[in-house]
Amino acid sequence: MSPWLKGGMLALAALAISACSEPDDTREVVVYTSRGDHLVKPVFDAFTADTGIKVSYITDNDAALLTRLEAEGSNSPADMLITVDAGNLWQAAERGLLQPVHDDTLKASVPANLRDSQDRWYGLSVRARTIVYSTERVNPDELSTYEALADEQWRGRLCLRTSKKVYNQSLVATMIERLGEARTEEIVRGWVDNLATDVFANDNAVMEAIVAGQCDVGIVNTYYFGRMQRDNPDMPLKLFWANQGEGESGMHVNISGAGVTAHAPHPEEAKALLVWMSQEASQRVLADGNMEFPVNPDVSPAPAVAAWGEFRADDLNVEVAGRRQVEAVKLMDRAGYR
Amino acid sequence: MGLLAQTRPRRLRRPDLPVLAVLAVAAAVLMPILVLALSWLGDESEVWQHLAQTVLTDLVLNTLLLVVGVSAGVLLLGISLAWMVSALEFPGRRFFDWALFLPLAVPAYVLAFVALDTFDYAGPVQRFLREAVPAFSGGSARRPWLVILTLSLVFYPYVYMLARTAFMAQGRTLMEQARILGLGPYAAFWRVALPMARPAIAAGLALALMETLADFGAVAVFNYDTFTTAIYKSWYGLFNLNAAAQLASLLLVFVLLTLALERMGRGRARFEPQGARQAHRVRPRGFIPWLLTLFAGSVFLLAFALPVGRLVYWVFDSAWRDLDARYWGLIWRTLVLGSGAALVTVTLALLLGYVRRTRQHRLLHVAVRGATVGYAMPGSVLAVGIVLSFAAIDRFLTQTFGVGQVLMGGLLALQMAYVVRFLAVAFGPVETAFERVRPRLIDAARTLGASPAETVRRIYLPLLTPGVLTALLLVLIDVMKEMPATLLLRPFGWDTLSVRIYEMTAEGEWARAALPSLSLILAGLLPVYLLMRRTRVH
Repeated sequence: MSPWLKGGMLALAALAISACSEPDDTREVVVYTSRGDHLVKPVFDAFTADTGIKVSYITDNDAALLTRLEAEGSNSPADMLITVDAGNLWQAAERGLLQPVHDDTLKASVPANLRDSQDRWYGLSVRARTIVYSTERVNPDELSTYEALADEQWRGRLCLRTSKKVYNQSLVATMIERLGEARTEEIVRGWVDNLATDVFANDNAVMEAIVAGQCDVGIVNTYYFGRMQRDNPDMPLKLFWANQGEGESGMHVNISGAGVTAHAPHPEEAKALLVWMSQEASQRVLADGNMEFPVNPDVSPAPAVAAWGEFRADDLNVEVAGRRQVEAVKLMDRAGYR
Repeated sequence: MGLLAQTRPRRLRRPDLPVLAVLAVAAAVLMPILVLALSWLGDESEVWQHLAQTVLTDLVLNTLLLVVGVSAGVLLLGISLAWMVSALEFPGRRFFDWALFLPLAVPAYVLAFVALDTFDYAGPVQRFLREAVPAFSGGSARRPWLVILTLSLVFYPYVYMLARTAFMAQGRTLMEQARILGLGPYAAFWRVALPMARPAIAAGLALALMETLADFGAVAVFNYDTFTTAIYKSWYGLFNLNAAAQLASLLLVFVLLTLALERMGRGRARFEPQGARQAHRVRPRGFIPWLLTLFAGSVFLLAFALPVGRLVYWVFDSAWRDLDARYWGLIWRTLVLGSGAALVTVTLALLLGYVRRTRQHRLLHVAVRGATVGYAMPGSVLAVGIVLSFAAIDRFLTQTFGVGQVLMGGLLALQMAYVVRFLAVAFGPVETAFERVRPRLIDAARTLGASPAETVRRIYLPLLTPGVLTALLLVLIDVMKEMPATLLLRPFGWDTLSVRIYEMTAEGEWARAALPSLSLILAGLLPVYLLMRRTRVH
């Protein structure tokens, strides 16, 4: 056995033993989150500095975290779940994994359509999904709504990300809510007919394809655009605020959000963290770190984000994304949207 | 130790300690899989109906195409390269001998993403061609053949490594006998060397195929829908874990088919080394050696040099800002988890191999087979099986004894996942090594008065060592690359390089995933190189 293997085993044994020892009495919050370490750690560090409450966390995929929470039940060490997409939060609440948090500060900070009607989860940042277009080949006057991207004029000019991504599922879910299933399926079929190429695995690839000339328009989350713009300020690509016309739905928005778990061992600390995250200092870090919009209307977006201009957001409660997710997935399968 | 006295497989009369241990290992390994099989108690006909009406046919056809394509790819690359470095002389042979191992350290999802980024419409290759050749219009690189090529480049080392060891261990005498009997070097390959290496090749192929069936990361990058994709879709999109588990247990049918194929591939071939000395290498005439160099060089370039170069470019471009003190912790934990899991897994594989070698009983052989099916389970699905079973045991303990979480949340659950998933990886080389311990040798040793301990030290150890080292290396590398089970089961603070890669890619930050990807590959290089040297036959 080589020395480093031996060393590794010794370290492993030591850590296994220390992992079994009892936790001390310091106040702490345990978080399960689907947001990356680099996005949440600055927030948690600031919270610990502010309150003295320690934060432990693991990151993983939403569905995996929900499954683990559900299986662990009352044994779970988790106090809080932080995820992206209202659909995931809705699922967690539906399965009884979250407990209501009634707090006036929290309710005042998070608009009613961006939180659960039974107070089990709250939005933390707003993410807008909208149309992006080539400034070289598209006149913005040609653009109007998500629905209009199904029109004949976009044949062979549209790029989309895969339907497996929850962002597209949520967009289609809200369309089903507003337009009904038959009309939505017709639109999604139109999108598929208009595709210039196979669907992509991520939003960046959609934008790169437009820049490269493979297609002219696409649908992306604004922060992906923001990051790309930060690295290449001169790229021939622009955001278009969708569905802003009279009588139209407004732009599709979604959230990243959080809730306190049903069996939280430290509910008070978890609640403190939730309230703290809805306030200005934390909102800055949460939204700006990823070029998203703050959920708290009193906090303004970062200058680079504000520079894209103002828009009217869809005022539908985001929980629709969860309620209609399964319908949306099946509809996209039927329409041949991979 | 009296057990070692016995030399030939005998019928099992009374179960003894090793036999019970094997049954216990098999039961533990099968537990999370059986928990998933319980999903059939639920009625998910609605989901099935939906899948059958929409995507199921495509999924099955896609999966079959992938299995056939990757089989052809890894066999072609693995066998030809292994034969070249062990039997032929060509410029750069000594370099390629070990360099062709290196792609083992490249995770499939990393090569997939680099390949797509390079060859897709917006990538540098097509951009260059469009500018250079006005008539060139280009198109999508998300094509089945590119998925097959990518996976073949990532998984061929399993065949290469095991076939190479087999070819080299065949030794000089055997090849000389073949030549004396009038076979040319190429005929000797087809009629002697290849048939004798069949068990090793079959073991390598089985590993590559199970890895292919379980792959999610690489096919997701290409948006190529397979059976695994359907499992994830049912779970993540339709939020139906039950249906996902049902699909996952169906995947086992594919696996059992693969294993049956491996058995057939082995046939009655026995793997018995003939001489310790290496055969003389043949130097082909004319320009052929340079063609060989070109071939080996292209594989090395595509599977290793190109992706590493691309990652290095990104790291220099943008990723330096992530290199802080915490980063060394990621590397350290990755190595600790990998080596710990490798030791545990290979120890268990030795137990299975020993019992399989010395006992004959149907049930035992089924148990040994059963203990190795975990490799084809997508890591995430397997992790769910472990979460469900461990959480249930925890709940039972809580209700009965009033203790809190015992099994979940520590390293035990994660180690369990690694063992279940990678026992097959360790078992292949260990089993092949056991086949080299000929009963005659043990008989001779006993006749000459060697004690059991001496038999172990002087016969078993030297003959098993290369196989055991190969097994350690393979498991170590696989654990370091493993992502989904590590994500779900790791205790707080046990982030690894693959966890960091997930976090970056989940946000679409591919360039920032370059640093952890590169670190992962670099961390894998040292063990690849060291153990490659130690498995070399002189």
